[in-house]
Amino acid sequence: MKKQEYVEYVEKRAKRSPILKNCFFAFVIGGAICTLGQAFLDLYKHLGVNEDDAGTLTSITLIFTSCLLTGLGIFDNIARVAGAGTLVPITGFANAVSSQAIDTKSEGYVLGVGAKIFTIAGPVILYAILSGTLYGVIYYVCTLIWG
Amino acid sequence: MKNPIIKLKNQPRISASYSVVGHLEKQGPLGELFDEYSDNDKFGKNTWEKAESEMQLRAVKGAIKKSGLKEYDIDLLLAGDLLNQCVGSNYATTNFNIPYLGIYGACSTCAEGLGLGACLVDAQTIDSCCAVTSSHYCSSERQFRFPLEYGGQRAPTAQWTATGSGAFVISNEGNVKITEVLFGKAIDKGITDINNMGAAMAPSAIDTIVRYFEKSEHSPDYFDKIITGDLGFEGSEILKDLLLGYGIDIRKNHDDCGLMLFDKEKQDVHAGGSGCGCSAVVMASHILPLLEQGKLGDVLFLGTGALMSPMTLFQGGSIPAICHLVHLSSR
Repeated sequence: MKKQEYVEYVEKRAKRSPILKNCFFAFVIGGAICTLGQAFLDLYKHLGVNEDDAGTLTSITLIFTSCLLTGLGIFDNIARVAGAGTLVPITGFANAVSSQAIDTKSEGYVLGVGAKIFTIAGPVILYAILSGTLYGVIYYVCTLIWG
Repeated sequence: MKNPIIKLKNQPRISASYSVVGHLEKQGPLGELFDEYSDNDKFGKNTWEKAESEMQLRAVKGAIKKSGLKEYDIDLLLAGDLLNQCVGSNYATTNFNIPYLGIYGACSTCAEGLGLGACLVDAQTIDSCCAVTSSHYCSSERQFRFPLEYGGQRAPTAQWTATGSGAFVISNEGNVKITEVLFGKAIDKGITDINNMGAAMAPSAIDTIVRYFEKSEHSPDYFDKIITGDLGFEGSEILKDLLLGYGIDIRKNHDDCGLMLFDKEKQDVHAGGSGCGCSAVVMASHILPLLEQGKLGDVLFLGTGALMSPMTLFQGGSIPAICHLVHLSSR
């Protein structure tokens, strides 16, 4: 069997991930996380925090909770079921950073944690800043022309 | 073409074997059979890499003790694992006053060590040796995939690296003979998916099996078991299916170490176990005792390994694989 034939044969027979089931759990758990975020936002506003600060506090709360659950070894068990439900909100990003920090602790705080903490989250940070800069420049040029 | 099968005229023996496993393997269908295990997979060490070396150390000590030999009777250690530069073996073997050869064949390393050791003892260049391999879920996962606590979903075809180490003493004493060895060729069929290593390795197993039965006096039915380690569910199905095209039917007597070690349904390991330790502990604790007791007569053990690194995969490379064959007999 030639290479191409074999690759096609393998792809045809490989069991697919259960997409409907994964979507369902991602929707329910991801939705629950967002609802929880909304509850925190309302709570902070109820306590007299202004809208902007309440939003920041909500993000911090969700990030803290994700990191804590990652450290306790619970997050990956939830994510195994939730998939994109935990990955897409800010919780996934917090987990990607904190899990790497835990993993690389054995190589020390400089060459381990320091050097490798953004191995997974790094591309997101890099390209978020790059695209942010690019849109900023476009926006600036547009305001010069039509401003 | 000349016969590629190495016939071992003096028929070296596997005198003893010893297995050390982690907690998930202990909970699996073969749990009762292992010699030692650790509840937390750390084996009293503070890093996963040291834990892996500790497993090898215990496995070698255990196997030598079981064989009735002393450390100074062992002429050579053949050790391998999955870590970069084979550090699992390198650190473990510093504890012994025995010459050491590091070997690497990914998950095929167990068969590679048995085959090489058997050839050396058969040629009477040495009297005895100890072949040991290990893999640790936690050290492998960090090296090949993601951090342990990273929250992600696995593909149904992904395999689970076993935590375990198996050691074998090869000498001229014992019931289980190694009668034939056939070393594999590196085969690359263009698979690039690290989550389907069974598919990457199956073609190498097919190549070795076809080459073996072309020249062997035995037919597949002659063997009580034809055991691959570790193609998992996906790779095993591909192997059995495609071998039919060559007129070789192993559906009745085929088994796979990756499928024997874990309960695929209950233990959430997807396509089954993998890693140098997987086939080593299954052979050491399950298959060899059956051979010793005469419950199995002839067994073909085919160690299959995926020979990639994360770097070559990121560069868009495909996964080469290899399969070494060892014929074990108690007849």
